[in-house]
Amino acid sequence: MTVHSFQEHFDSIIDRESTIEPRDWMPDDYRKTLIRQISQHAHSEIIGMLPEGNWITRAPTLRRKAVLLAKVQDEAGHGLYLYSAAETLGITRDEMYDQLHSGKAKYSSIFNYPTVTWADMGAIGWLVDGAAIMNQVPLCRTSYGPYARAMVRVCKEESFHQRQGFEIMLTLSKGTEIQKKMAQDAFNRWWWPSLMMFGPPDAESPHTAQSMRWRIKRFTNDELRQKFVDVTTEQAKVLGLEVPDKDLKWNEERGHYDFGTINWDEFWNVVKGNGPCNKQRLNARKTAWEDGKWVRDAAMAYAEKRKARNAQAKVA
Amino acid sequence: MNLAYTLRLADDAMIIGHRLSEWCGHGPVLEQDIAVTNTALDHLGRARSLYQYAAKQFNAMPQEEKNQYFSSVALQSLVETGADIDEDDIAFLRDGWDYRNLLLLEQPNQDWAYTIARSFYYDTFNYLFFGAMQQNADSELAAIAEKSLKEVTYHLRWSSEWVIRLGDGTDESHQKMQTAINELWEFTGEMFTMDNTDMHAVQGGYGVDLNTIKPKWTDQIAAILHEATLTLPTATWMQEGGREGRHTEQLGYILTELQFMQRAYPGMEW
Repeated sequence: MTVHSFQEHFDSIIDRESTIEPRDWMPDDYRKTLIRQISQHAHSEIIGMLPEGNWITRAPTLRRKAVLLAKVQDEAGHGLYLYSAAETLGITRDEMYDQLHSGKAKYSSIFNYPTVTWADMGAIGWLVDGAAIMNQVPLCRTSYGPYARAMVRVCKEESFHQRQGFEIMLTLSKGTEIQKKMAQDAFNRWWWPSLMMFGPPDAESPHTAQSMRWRIKRFTNDELRQKFVDVTTEQAKVLGLEVPDKDLKWNEERGHYDFGTINWDEFWNVVKGNGPCNKQRLNARKTAWEDGKWVRDAAMAYAEKRKARNAQAKVA
Repeated sequence: MNLAYTLRLADDAMIIGHRLSEWCGHGPVLEQDIAVTNTALDHLGRARSLYQYAAKQFNAMPQEEKNQYFSSVALQSLVETGADIDEDDIAFLRDGWDYRNLLLLEQPNQDWAYTIARSFYYDTFNYLFFGAMQQNADSELAAIAEKSLKEVTYHLRWSSEWVIRLGDGTDESHQKMQTAINELWEFTGEMFTMDNTDMHAVQGGYGVDLNTIKPKWTDQIAAILHEATLTLPTATWMQEGGREGRHTEQLGYILTELQFMQRAYPGMEW
């Protein structure tokens, strides 16, 4: 086949909504874009363990502690299968870590905000996992097979996370005055960063058209953001919490909520490393990696020794 | 009356679970982050079963006895109102002198070698202990022991394999593993000290005679250390006190963190 016919074959797979598999030919840009997107997603899971991990030792009840611990562990699992999915595209996990640690690779900016009260565990589950699900459900039908299959499992667990987050918020909102205050305070802090999770406005998102063509992306940033605002506003009513946006108003004509202007200056600053926890999060990961080096080296050395001994035993 | 016995086993599980959970998100490699968190969850699950059983036993006691049982003010005040207590009250409202865990388990993680050494000593003990607990006159303890043995069997395999890997890995890992094995050794004697609570438990048919498992423990530890090219420590002076509520400085900090929410916002539903 010529390059031209390779491309035609690839396009036809995309067009008939079938999946591209690791051994299929794919355009370089498709491969690069996917590596960037999947590794960014994997990094987000791993960095995302930190803000919630911050409350494991302080969870208010043993049941909440067990659920939180299991949840953060799920995120490690998601990181694991996303790194594996990215590896099928010809990059190693160590290379992806290097990109994360050097600051070359990005992760979701939301995790650069601090978790200062227990209610943040509720708000993250409800809002952050809620926004993540909206971004991710369409990816269960994305064109790259290993990614799509990983996302099916990720989404199942994320929807459980979202429910448990909402349930924490519900318990707080039905609780004492101070608990309600705690819930509202967390909502106020996490609402806007959650809206930013969908990425820059469509007009400033140059890759959207190509990504939609490739079915790496299935809805635009603004479409998903609107859906999130509509759904979450209704959920806030159930909780008796106030959406921290004075411009939020139902628009009968559009059939959607209108909402206020997002502070994109803040968004870009956090992306660039100026968020409240960027350095702290990245340092925690780098420290874990560097402190773990002698452990990984030992495991490798031991495996080598064992292999050599087994080989010798066979000869003898 | 199995309460004291149940509580010490629960506290062991709670404190080691807490320590292991501190690794979550910070492990040396992602697969081990998951493994260590899984183990933390097993210990926490066992702590919960045992605390629930302890609460049930406590609530059935006569009020005067209940008023005398714990020393910690927060729990004492709750008990004096005549209210029933639950797993969370026991975990979050007692100070160190009511905690009866082994000193070994409250020692800090420090690094992967210390964490592994601490688990290795305890998992080996637990494996033998819960094995012996299978035949138990107390059906609740028997059920918990049955579930625990399955988990502990896996924990022991995990920590033993790491002792071997680190001991027989690089020079650096060998050194670190031997240091951790040596430094934590002084906390292992307490596992086998038979006090009144243990004697009662053995007589009542719901406890384990620690004298019978001690030689097996030593043999098993020695065998794994040998395979790991490590040396079995020979020091005989041992630290004790956990079973009587006399702890190292470490426990206070664990409780400060563990109990923060219930102390700062008492009496609420979470």
